[in-house]
Amino acid sequence: MRKRHIVPGVDAESLIKDAVRIMPDPMRRNFLRGAASLGALTFLTGCDIIDSDAAEGVLRKISEFNDAAQAAIFSRAKLAPVYPESAITRPFPFNGYYDEDDAPVVDGKTYKLEVSGLVENKKPWTLDELYALPQVSQITRHICVEGWSAIGSWQGATLSEFLKRVGADTRAKYIWFKCAEGYTNTIDMPTALHPQTQMTFKFDNKILPRSYGFPMKIRMPTKLGYKNPKYVVAMEVTNVDHGGYWEDQGYNWFGGS
Amino acid sequence: MTAEAMTTSPAEATIHPLWVRITHWINAVAILVMVGSGWQIYNASPLFDFTFSRSITLGGWLGGAIQWHFAAMWVLVINGLVYLTLGLATGRFRRKLLPIYPSQVFADVKAALTFKLEHDDLSHYNAVQKVLYAGVILCGILIVLSGLAIWKPVQFQELTTLFGGYNFARYVHFFAMAAIVGFLVVHVALALLVPKSLRAMVTGR
Repeated sequence: MRKRHIVPGVDAESLIKDAVRIMPDPMRRNFLRGAASLGALTFLTGCDIIDSDAAEGVLRKISEFNDAAQAAIFSRAKLAPVYPESAITRPFPFNGYYDEDDAPVVDGKTYKLEVSGLVENKKPWTLDELYALPQVSQITRHICVEGWSAIGSWQGATLSEFLKRVGADTRAKYIWFKCAEGYTNTIDMPTALHPQTQMTFKFDNKILPRSYGFPMKIRMPTKLGYKNPKYVVAMEVTNVDHGGYWEDQGYNWFGGS
Repeated sequence: MTAEAMTTSPAEATIHPLWVRITHWINAVAILVMVGSGWQIYNASPLFDFTFSRSITLGGWLGGAIQWHFAAMWVLVINGLVYLTLGLATGRFRRKLLPIYPSQVFADVKAALTFKLEHDDLSHYNAVQKVLYAGVILCGILIVLSGLAIWKPVQFQELTTLFGGYNFARYVHFFAMAAIVGFLVVHVALALLVPKSLRAMVTGR
């Protein structure tokens, strides 16, 4: 999710213009009439097709089908592989859709995690209260949707334990996370209850630095990086899919690995 | 299929039964979409010191490319399973692709490079064709399995381990793509050099 690689839809228009410009005249006329063939589709950039409502609609539908397929494949008993300390990637890469300097600054003294939705106790949690939860540790592989991966060491509380303590209705379908900079993310309940899904407060046994998501990230080794929100300030247990920052732009909703 | 086996006159025989032609062209489209979108996905985190020009990639950006890739994968896999099942069940693979003798392969490669390789009887594959067709089928199986290993390194972690781990599986996936694209270049060039072979894949004769 490094910024330099991703320009979601930003230059789609200029790309189409460029693509149209380099087409031979008859082809261009056909294309502009919207009669682009499957051949043109595979031999041209394809982004023009992506922009056509019909193709985008079909691809979105298949992506939703793939969500269901991944939910079916997902097993709460299947643990992500764990690694020895020597395997940790150092330095662990900063990862975001903005520059590291623009990462949000959260004041830990005034921080409160808001809990809402289908829970019995909606009292906000201070950092000290969160730190007092039973702590667990994992060394797992973070896999980015781009393809690269890095092994990191995360410490915090098991999300399922937290959900139990706030009296969450775990029959609900989703958990929605909101982050300090406006990033949002919705995950499925089975993943939320996975034993390795962690409310993370430390990286490599030190309080999370700002670049890794201080004060709290949600670490899910069963999901791709963009499904692992940082700077989490609120969560809602819900039956309504609120989508997410990347998912709304076309990344697969389930994002499982 | 029995009609094909029982036919005695090669001139009137169906060279490619309907199921071969249908699965062939569905596969052709699926492969082009998979490769085009795969190149765009590769560009997001290149394994080597080069990227693919955006003019030959599909999807426009990473998210679009992934949508294409994970849509076409169903077409590729389902069509591939139909092809493999029928190829084995009808005995076509055994009849057309086996046996492969190294000595024949060497002789036919030499003949091909000196433009002496005969291609008159389309219903019979020479040793080079046998190797290439059997090889690309194996590459197809390899690219699907390595793709699964990359897509699901947690849920299918045993498979990922079999491919030497997540990072190594990415290289396997890449080189299987390279082999298939290499095959495609030779395959298309030869089909254009021997147009009746192209006709046979459309009309069956």
